[in-house]
Amino acid sequence: MERERIAVRIGWTSLAGAVLVAAVLSRTSAAEDKKIVVDGSTTVGPIAKAFAEHFMQQNPGVKVTVAESGSGNGAKSLINGTCDVANMSRFMKKEEFKAATERDVFPVAHVVALDGLAVVVHPSNPVKELTRAQVADIYMGKITNWKEVGGPDAKIVVVSRDTNSGTYEAFEDLVMKKQKMAEGVEYVGSNGAVRQRVQTTPGAIGYVGLGFVDETIKALKIDGVEPSKDTVRSGRYPVARPLFMFTNGYPKPGSHVHSFVTLHMTKKGQEMVEAIGFIPVTDYK
Amino acid sequence: MTVEQVEPRTGGKAGRTTATGAGKDIRARRGLLLGRHAAFRRRLFSWAGRSILFLVTAASASAVMFIFFYVVKEAIPFFLQCGVSEFLLSTRWYPSREPPEFGALAIFFGSAMVSLGAALFAVPVGVAAAVCLSDILPFKVRQAIKPAIEILAAIPSVAYGFFALVVFAPLLQEQGGKVLAAATLLLLVPLAILASLAAGGMAAPRLLPGNPRFGRYALTAAFAAAGVGAAWWLSGSLAKIEISSGTNALNVSIILGIMALPTVISVSEDALQAVGRELREASYALGATRAETIIRVVMPAAASGILAAVLMGFMRAIGETMVVWMASGNSAKIPSPFYNYLEPVRTLTATIAGDMGEADHVTGSARYHVLFAMAASLLAISLACNAASEWIARRARRKMAGE
Repeated sequence: MERERIAVRIGWTSLAGAVLVAAVLSRTSAAEDKKIVVDGSTTVGPIAKAFAEHFMQQNPGVKVTVAESGSGNGAKSLINGTCDVANMSRFMKKEEFKAATERDVFPVAHVVALDGLAVVVHPSNPVKELTRAQVADIYMGKITNWKEVGGPDAKIVVVSRDTNSGTYEAFEDLVMKKQKMAEGVEYVGSNGAVRQRVQTTPGAIGYVGLGFVDETIKALKIDGVEPSKDTVRSGRYPVARPLFMFTNGYPKPGSHVHSFVTLHMTKKGQEMVEAIGFIPVTDYK
Repeated sequence: MTVEQVEPRTGGKAGRTTATGAGKDIRARRGLLLGRHAAFRRRLFSWAGRSILFLVTAASASAVMFIFFYVVKEAIPFFLQCGVSEFLLSTRWYPSREPPEFGALAIFFGSAMVSLGAALFAVPVGVAAAVCLSDILPFKVRQAIKPAIEILAAIPSVAYGFFALVVFAPLLQEQGGKVLAAATLLLLVPLAILASLAAGGMAAPRLLPGNPRFGRYALTAAFAAAGVGAAWWLSGSLAKIEISSGTNALNVSIILGIMALPTVISVSEDALQAVGRELREASYALGATRAETIIRVVMPAAASGILAAVLMGFMRAIGETMVVWMASGNSAKIPSPFYNYLEPVRTLTATIAGDMGEADHVTGSARYHVLFAMAASLLAISLACNAASEWIARRARRKMAGE
């Protein structure tokens, strides 16, 4: 009698357990198909977030998570297999490729957008162009007056993005060439704030993503090249860089990851890239 | 229909009043003779109520302890990695370089500079306003003005920051000299006249004892002329200044000063109010004028309270983040010369707010922990200020009670 009751209880418990395990298993296997994990650069992050939002609307049931832990950490996650897409604002380094191939991960780069920085001044400033070396000298504090670069006799107010931003990183990379900025440089927290400071300060110089240039500020020619979508795309404008998403091998056409990393080729993708202030690789009208 | 409805209602009302009256009686009698169960239940509820209240209070107190513990715990790895001397003695702040440099001296200096500037602005204005509110304005006017001042404290700091960045900074750049000149005149001329009125009244009996009334007028006029003349000369020389960048220490100091005003005014007004009526009346009875009473009796008696108000205003300024992050320029550099308020500065709070990014958190590097070292320094400074103002206020209370 007693034993029978215990047996029944064990039976019920094991049945419930089995159902539970099955449910969990089926859930995880389903989740693996319907989940895209994106990690990496804070510069590319906004693009990935916009793509993710659009993608989840188009494909309900697919979950896209986007983390922004920096390009290096994105590469690490891809190599360790903890993410499907690694956002990077630079190309992968030799050591990273080595580490990847050792683990049978074969990184493939998808250029999703171009990041061009415009060096901007107050509209009343007569200076029309600077060389990259002159811009670097201004930010290093070697040039402090506009008359040294052909402008009026006025002190240069140097405005930079905060050191935490991807824009700062790109500028440091492309213009400063790893040289230190002067201590007197002013730091502001967003592209919009740089524009605000420059449009109200006659002696100011700053840099913003190309998408933030409007008629209230003047973008300078750098090394003789006007910053524009065309000059960035053709590679003539020097303060620009491609933005990457890396995948492990080329994703199978038709898979979710494939449609995610090719979203930038669509008209909607182009619009999203432009809205964030980057230059799309496509040119749909 | 209506009549029928009315009747039972009145009847019911009467019935209810008697019933509740009886109920009260019974309950009152029961209160004296509680059954064992009722007494136990009552004690249980009161115990439960007290422990819930205690838990809530303990939670808020332990939150403070936890924050303190966490900040210090996160700050320690930085000092272990990089040592203390670079942090406190170097002015080279390059946290994102390879290798990074974490010299925060210029940032400490920036914080001190804007807080001091805010105090320089807020203390004279705030104390003068407090004196005016407590001793000069009639009661009704005071009732109208106090809430208006307290609204200053209710404006969110990001609104101040926006104003500082979008309105005040361009104004300083375009009309810098004129703004400075006008501000000095607006601030110094009334202060000079007030001071000369008080000083003239007090100095006349001593310097010109023969004809006190004539002496008072003559001395007051002389002091006022000298004060206004000095203010005029100062503003004239300030008018020639050109400001190249409007996001600087001066901009932030003035805005922070305005933000600290409500604190300074209300705390020092409380201190002035706490000075008893007897003291004032005794002073008047001895023949002192109102100016003499305020300056030589009321203000000395309230001095420690006013000092506490100043410290609290200083704390308000040193802890403010949004305004300085938006409008101080954030250059990690000691201005040259060091008292040059027209150059951009960077403060501890703005550095913490600006550098605390997701990326740093993941790396958990010295760059992340240095921000906690700054937070710990800020905590230490504000704890010290808090303790000092608490001590001063307590001593003042004891002194007032003793007199």
